This record gives sequence, structure tokens and C-alpha cells, in this order.
Amino acid sequence: MENLILGFSTALLVQNVVWCFAGVLLGTAVGVLPGIGPTATVAMLLPITFGFEPVTALIMLAGIYYGAQYGGSTTAILINLPGESSAAVTALDGHEMARRGRAGPALAAAAIGSFVAGTVATVILAVAAPPLAAVALRFGPADYFALVLFGLIISIALARGSTLKALAMIFLGILLGTVGQDIYTGTPRFVLDRRELYGGIDFVSVAVGLFGVAEILRNLSSSSPGPPALAGRVAHLWPTAADRRRIVAPILRGTGLGSALGVLPGGGHVLASFTSYAVEKRVSRRPAEFGHGAIEGVAGPESANNAAAQTSFIPLLTLGLPAHPVMALMVGAFIVHGITPGPNVIDDEPALFWGLIASMWIGNLMLVLLNLPLIGIWVRLLRVPYQVLFPMIVLFAVIGTYSLAFNAFDVYAIAVFGVLGYVLITCGCEPAPLLLGFVLGPLLEENLRRALIISRGDPMVFLTRPISATLLFLAAAALVVTVLPAVRRRRDEVFTEE
Amino acid sequence: MSRSPDLIAGGIFTVIGGGFVAGALGHDRGTLLRMGPGYFPLVVGVIVAGLGIAIMVFSSSGPAFGTVPWRAMILIVTAICFFGYSVRIIGFVPASFVAALLTALAAARFRTALAVAAGLTAAATLIFVVGLQLRLPLWWF
Repeated sequence: MENLILGFSTALLVQNVVWCFAGVLLGTAVGVLPGIGPTATVAMLLPITFGFEPVTALIMLAGIYYGAQYGGSTTAILINLPGESSAAVTALDGHEMARRGRAGPALAAAAIGSFVAGTVATVILAVAAPPLAAVALRFGPADYFALVLFGLIISIALARGSTLKALAMIFLGILLGTVGQDIYTGTPRFVLDRRELYGGIDFVSVAVGLFGVAEILRNLSSSSPGPPALAGRVAHLWPTAADRRRIVAPILRGTGLGSALGVLPGGGHVLASFTSYAVEKRVSRRPAEFGHGAIEGVAGPESANNAAAQTSFIPLLTLGLPAHPVMALMVGAFIVHGITPGPNVIDDEPALFWGLIASMWIGNLMLVLLNLPLIGIWVRLLRVPYQVLFPMIVLFAVIGTYSLAFNAFDVYAIAVFGVLGYVLITCGCEPAPLLLGFVLGPLLEENLRRALIISRGDPMVFLTRPISATLLFLAAAALVVTVLPAVRRRRDEVFTEE
Repeated sequence: MSRSPDLIAGGIFTVIGGGFVAGALGHDRGTLLRMGPGYFPLVVGVIVAGLGIAIMVFSSSGPAFGTVPWRAMILIVTAICFFGYSVRIIGFVPASFVAALLTALAAARFRTALAVAAGLTAAATLIFVVGLQLRLPLWWF
């Protein structure tokens, strides 16, 4: 209770409310716009937030992340184009509803579901985080090493496409993370005689290159689809009484599923929305309606992905482990402000921790108020031509990155990672595992070396400690399950089900 | 359908992994008890190169690479590098304008690109210099 009061008194400070609003507004905008996602946006804005109070910076960055989940559904429903990957299944029934003149109820179902899910998941986060952090405080270096490895492996199991490529991307990320001075000896490694590389490759450059520039090059290489066709006018926002009865159970089921799956690293929110859709289709008394405008197919997945967006903060705030590339960038935001993300945050920075949680609920409330009445503005935003949009992304990305350290080298790195990312993505390698590996790699090396020093060089330490042994066993099991071809085929079916 | 995407991806992983292995060999490896700076990168480099080779060996037919947007790529890379190189020398406004113009030319005619670049430079100056107090010279004089 005390904590909640502290949280709300922090979150309701004027500057925090204003920046929370700015965050969710911007998040909705980039969620609505196809071709720019929250990862690129957070990477671009990270430098700007360095001048803020830490709690204000995190409140705004978090707002961009969950705001994008709301915005993505608007685009999916209105023009059958998922603005965000997790909104892909919303397009199935949401757009069908829009084509039948029921865009309003579809948007309302998505917004109401997202709000309920966001509220419940925020409570779960507040209840579950402190005990988890208490457990995490007892982790030794060996356990941390096992945990990071487990997180990385799980993120592959959830990724789409080739497992081998996802694995290679993770290890490539870890490898790039070793550039710079060695933590124990200070020896510069792989710096190519450039002073700028002593501190390592700047991760904002990597993120902006991989998620901003590479994506632009991808979009410019495909023949442009022309202006998207909008599905009719949006009228009658409020769902009918029958609609309201039909969405209650899917919203609650979606919230539960999303809250549980969101904790998993690497796109838990995408998995959550797909799973919720499959579940709703199975339990429905009218499965034939799915794909032809079933409101359950909008309410369930939308609740699931928003719940997952909230609970994906649990591993970040309790273990210091990012579950999503946006979280990886937030680790950077913590570190710049001199806070090590992890189990100590709750005790050392209670105002920050509880303020961030309270702001998420406030942000969700703002999103409902923002999305439904202002739907016309978001629709107009869809008419901004890509010819204006992508030069803006490139320009703001280079200015933002340059302003980090006034270092031309960081800007050149954007170009390098943009081209590298473009080639790799075109060859079927997803960029998210690389960024996660890049951020977590140094943690992996540090804990590995520390664990071996403590154990006097005995590698059995990873198997004799119960926590580390369990996590390594689970990681191995996950890897086996992912690599088994039979299982993989079924997984692909889940993802391509239409 | 073509196998070349797998071969290209595998090749990239092999080359980068191999490069890091070569670099790591120049550092002290140490022992398992006290790992030197070279130990961890060596192991990870070998894994990356190994996975790259595996991707090439097990390559299968997938969607072909498609056409590379050479014009866009060259223009955007030039724009990014130009900004990084010149912003200290010619100032924020001209550097932003040229970078935005080059980028916009990747998909638009010259006059459209000119208008887009002018608008974006004005917006960037307002946001970053006026709004966020970025301390950079605006012009070369």
C-alpha cells in the first residue's frame, strides 16, 4: 500500500505525467505507422532522455513500448497491415469486421481489451516482482551465467524461421559485444586501433542500424504497394450489448495467457497473441465465424499482447534481463543514469520502481482516452507518404546518435549495421536475437569468468549449484525441442495459421 | 527460389567469426581458472564460424534474394557518413539538409526531395537545437 502511494505520487508529478503522455502518444503513432517500430523509435530517442531524471526517462520509454501495441492494432484493423508484429493476428478478424462496416466495435474491443489486460498485468507485475527479486538476490555468478544463457536460448525457441540462423545471430551479437576493453585486464580487444572503440561498439548505433536503416532498405527494395486502402468510415464506436457479452471471456483468457507468456524472452507478446487466437477459435461455439469477423478474434489477442507487453518488464526489473529489444535499450537507459538494472532496483530505487509501475497504469488509461476519440487523427497519419517518413527516420537517427557522444564514429557505425542488417534480414536472419546477444554478451562473459574464479577453475560449478543446473537443463531441453524437426514443423504451422 | 540467401548468410557468419578468431589468437588466452582476454572471444568466434559453415552445408531453397536497392543504399550510406563527417565542420543546419536531401533522393524526384529536406531540417533544428539544447554550431561561420 505504502509502495502504491509512493508509486502514484511519483508517477503523478507533472513532468512524469507530461512525458508519459508524450511517450504513449509517440508510441501510438509509431505503432500506427507501418515501417517504423518501437525499437527504432526508442533507440533514436534514448539520447534525448539522458538529460531527464531517470524515472522520467524510463516512464517515457516504457510508454513508447506499450503505446505501440495499441497503435499497431488500429492499422491492422483499418488497412489489414499490422503496424507491429504482434498485431498480425488482429488483422485476421479485425479487418474483416472493418470491411463489414464494424470497424468501430473492432477498435473498441481492441482498446477495452488492451486496457483491462494492461491493468491486470500491471497488478501482476507489482505483486510478482518483489518476491522474484528477493530470489534473484541469492543468485551467484554461475546462476547468472546459466540464467542469461537460458534467456538467450528461449528467445530462439520463440523466434520464427531457421533455428540455426537465430542461433548464429545470437552468437554474432555476443561476439560483437566483446569489442572494447576487457573488463578484467583492460586489454583493448578488436578495436582496430580506433580510440572510439575502447568503450565498445555503441549499442544505439547497432539498434538504429539494424531496426531503422536496414528496415528502410528492405522497404525500398520491394516494389512500393501504393497508398493503402482504408476500410470505410469509422462510425458507431461503442460495441452492441451482444458484442459486449461476447468479448468478456476472451479478454480475461487473453489477459491470463499474455501475462504468463510475456515473461518469456524474445517476442513473448507475439506468441501470446497467436496462442490466444488459437485458443479462442478452439473454445468458441462458432469457430466458423473466425476469419470472417469474429469479435472474439480481436478482443482475445489484443488483450494478450498488451498484457504481455506489461509483464515483459518483470525479467528486466527483477533480474536485469531484457526480454525484448526495447528492454535491451532500456538497460542502456538504466546504466547511463548509473543504475544497474536487476534485483537491487526495488530496494535501492523504490520511487523509480513503483513510479514506473504506477505510470504504466496511468499510461494505459491515457491510451484508451487517446485512441478511441482521436481515431480520426491516427487514420490521417496513415496518409503520411513514406517518401517523407524514411528521410525523417534516417535524419533523426543520425542526429540522435551523434548527440550521444559527439562522435562521428558512432554515426558511421549506423551505416555499417544498416547494410549488414539489410543483407542478413534479406537472407532470412531476424535482427532481434543479435541485439539481445549484443547486450547480454558482456554479462555472460563476466559471470562466466567470475564463476570460474570463485570455483578455482572447476567447470562443474555450473552443474553442482541447483539453480544453475536447473536453468542449464531447461536451456538444453528448449534447444533440443526447437531443433527437433517434427516440433519445428508444428511451430511453423502455429505461426502461419490464417 | 534459390539457395543463395543461405550461402550468403552462412558466408557472413563464417567470415566475421573467423576474423574474430584470428584477432583473439593475438590475445592471452589464460587458463580456465583465470581466463585471459582472448579466451571467451575465441570460443564464441569458433561457434559463430561453425554455425556459418553449418548454415552453408545445410542450405535449402528459400525465397530468392531479390533486387538490391543499390541507388537507395549508396545514397543513404553516403548521407549518414556525410553527416557524421561534416557536422562539426559545416554546422548542424547544412549537414542536416544535405543528409536529408541525399536520403530523400533515394525514393523521390529532386524537387520533392528538396522540399522534404527543407522541412525536415527545419523540424530537426527546432526539436534538437531549440527544444533539446543540443550544443552544436548551426552554421560554418
